[in-house]
Amino acid sequence: MSKILKTNKGAEKCLQDFLKHLLESGKAKAVMALSKTVATDQDYTLNYSLISSTEELDNALPFFPLMPANAGKLVSYLTLKGPISAPIAVVLKPCELRAFVELVKREQGHLDNLLIISHSCGGVLTFDSYLNGNLDQDIKAYWGAVRKNQIPDKVRPTCKACIHFEPYTADISFDLIGQDLDQTCQITVMTDKGESILDGFDVKWTETKADPKTAQDLKALRQKAKDGLFESINADIYGIDNLIDVFGRCIGCHGCSNTCPICYCILCDFESKDHEFEPNIFEAEIIKRGGLRVPPNTLLFHIGRLSHMGISCVSCGLCSDVCPVEIPVSTIFSKVGEAIQDLFKYIPGKDLEEKIPLTKFEKQEFEEIEDK
Amino acid sequence: MSDTFEPRIVGFFCKWCTYAGADLAGTSRLQYPPNVLPIRVMCSSRVDPVFLITAYLRGADAVLIGGCHPGDCHYIEGNYYTRRRMAMMKTIFESLGLEPERLRLSWISASEGPRFASVITEYTENTRKKGPNPVKSKVFI
Repeated sequence: MSKILKTNKGAEKCLQDFLKHLLESGKAKAVMALSKTVATDQDYTLNYSLISSTEELDNALPFFPLMPANAGKLVSYLTLKGPISAPIAVVLKPCELRAFVELVKREQGHLDNLLIISHSCGGVLTFDSYLNGNLDQDIKAYWGAVRKNQIPDKVRPTCKACIHFEPYTADISFDLIGQDLDQTCQITVMTDKGESILDGFDVKWTETKADPKTAQDLKALRQKAKDGLFESINADIYGIDNLIDVFGRCIGCHGCSNTCPICYCILCDFESKDHEFEPNIFEAEIIKRGGLRVPPNTLLFHIGRLSHMGISCVSCGLCSDVCPVEIPVSTIFSKVGEAIQDLFKYIPGKDLEEKIPLTKFEKQEFEEIEDK
Repeated sequence: MSDTFEPRIVGFFCKWCTYAGADLAGTSRLQYPPNVLPIRVMCSSRVDPVFLITAYLRGADAVLIGGCHPGDCHYIEGNYYTRRRMAMMKTIFESLGLEPERLRLSWISASEGPRFASVITEYTENTRKKGPNPVKSKVFI
């Protein structure tokens, strides 16, 4: 089911009131959303927080275009051992929601008792523009672009190229793109659960129809941006020499895998002893190659990680953003990940029922890759 | 040491089919090139994609996975997963501009000693024609 409702109240205010309503009515014991952790007038630090008191909710900025961590991973921490006992409302961006669904498929989280609130997403600011730019001006420009159905300027490269900007499996989705956000709030009720939690929320809704053109226009715009982005990255990474050039500056901090929502292994294969060179291997390799980068296996780490999680890459862009040496990790993973996903006609996180392609098979397929 | 290029092929062979096929080729005294380095695994699906990447980056001229024919897997369905993973690996190699032709998947059953010998011969010759793996001479890996 899917129902679109509209009211004349600012979108952010509407969501805040709605979250307050959930807490007050006891429909949710806590709310997880972006909120100010330390706030002064000019400056504030934003983080995801679990909020259970209504006063604390005033600090929540659920639509703020920033992703300090992929909240999909955070929700998986909350629900790792089993479904939570009391209902919690979580506000997730579409890619965070997709990441969470992928984690649930990997038995790293549970959906029961979660009220999932999402919104159509214009992208998130890079950490660089958040920390070093003129934030007020950037935020203003960001919302201006979202209202006008355009791609904001200072968002992550993968956000500019993201075509999955509308949530797939939320209970309630707030439609932000192309809307007059100060005056109106349009939501899509996507499930029965969403319908039931909306009950009793004291706002006058009128049912409306969505204009499919808004989303289509943006999708076309983003698709074009994506094609351009992939083409430019392809020139940078194609072939072993280019790969060495790009990944040569990796310092091995493994920040990309630590922040990756899909990389959930407690002990990463690449941090184990298995891939460490022992002195005799160093000796053998330098005789063979005439030299060896120390520490070695950087390329193995990146291509290996690609083979482990590329099938589920949701292109959230966090890996590029945390990279201290500015390797365009997310663009590369997004491009190669999409090639793999296309092979299996799979969109990660779109459908909870659809199994991860590598954990299922057809008896007759891919016969072209076998030797005859 | 002569200057002619001798390919080094890493083979991951399933214990139940391809490895037994190799044994049969040996006991039947069939001739095949000694360029393959066989590694026995319990099932072809034991081969983590990272094994292939490791072998490739450490300078193997080619990597071969040998398993049971589809439907004959000792563990019922292992080789079907291998096939999907191999399709994925080839896609990754293609997208990154590496050489997917250096990754091969062959189904050789325990009774196919002659097939084992011919696959290895054909494969060695192919790789010889293709030349050495360019990664072998890179200092950075």
